[in-house]
Amino acid sequence: MLFNLIIVIMVLFSIIFGILSGSITALAPAALDGAKDAVTLCLTLCGMICLWSGLMELMKRSGLSEKLSSLLSPILTRLFPTAARESETMFALSSNVSANLLGLGNAATPAGIKAAKGLKRLSGIDSASDELCLLVVMNTASLQLLPTTVASLRASLGSATPFDILPAVWLASLFSVSCGIFAAKLFSHFSRT
Amino acid sequence: MKLIGELSVPLIIIFVMLYALYRGTDIFSSMTAGAADGLKTVVGIVPALITLLPCIYMLRASGALDALCCLIRPLLSQIGIPSETVPLMLLRPLSGSGALAVGSDIIKQYGADSYVGRCAAVMLGSTETTFYVIAVYFGAAGIKNTRHAIPAALVADFAGFVAAAFFVRLFWG
Repeated sequence: MLFNLIIVIMVLFSIIFGILSGSITALAPAALDGAKDAVTLCLTLCGMICLWSGLMELMKRSGLSEKLSSLLSPILTRLFPTAARESETMFALSSNVSANLLGLGNAATPAGIKAAKGLKRLSGIDSASDELCLLVVMNTASLQLLPTTVASLRASLGSATPFDILPAVWLASLFSVSCGIFAAKLFSHFSRT
Repeated sequence: MKLIGELSVPLIIIFVMLYALYRGTDIFSSMTAGAADGLKTVVGIVPALITLLPCIYMLRASGALDALCCLIRPLLSQIGIPSETVPLMLLRPLSGSGALAVGSDIIKQYGADSYVGRCAAVMLGSTETTFYVIAVYFGAAGIKNTRHAIPAALVADFAGFVAAAFFVRLFWG
């Protein structure tokens, strides 16, 4: 609903601003350009997105993502002591994090939902427990080894070295996740269950 | 540091392939099956981009985006964020395809290898569609009282934006 409103506001603002700045005649060609660019963009993105999806499927089928999730367990056990009481929830949790890391969005969400349900059951309360909030915060801050869509986007818009941003992306997401975890720990003292 | 990013891609590809070979996975059929899934992803993005990109282009053509940037510039320059990325920061938590559309507009406008273009790309890569994730997870778990999840997630987003601008300035400044 909010998003529908945002779209309307965007168009309304462009018309008001177009009249005020005298650039109203530029709007129609801009709209057509946008539609055209949307298709060109998707076409140029298509090859790279498919290539990466292929590689990610290979990570899944070869058992690499499972391997990663077992490596992550020790860290996650410390962050989620309640989840660690039940191996099934812990497994869903580590699958969720490892799938996020590898960019397997399709696998991350079902595992995350399973972990969220498990955490709710284990916490025994109807509102979001501290650990459930932590899980959600970790999922809203993207931790991804290869942000392939963004790299493809840069490549299709003429970047000479589309992947050179990777270290910056890693550091920024790491900082973002750490701040999220810290904020979740801090705010949990002030929010009532 | 820049080389690490470029090198990591072929290295990750060969590492995954060697691991699959060692485990006896059928590499070719796995990759083609994944590529077919990728096609579905792209088909899913196309309609959203066709709807959103014209709105964003109109906003840019009318001068409204520039006005918004000018308005917020003094505030954002304090924390080192280029004001050209404001539309991206506003849409990022709300809509994945919206962020992709506005991000592509910014990267196209200022150049993929420019400071602003790189900032937009790092912001896009280091954050998520916060409200969508919150809706999906809490919806599935049947939780109405989300307590501190939304503020903490928005802190994480904001920290990601600041850090994106900081690291791009550090590496390419």
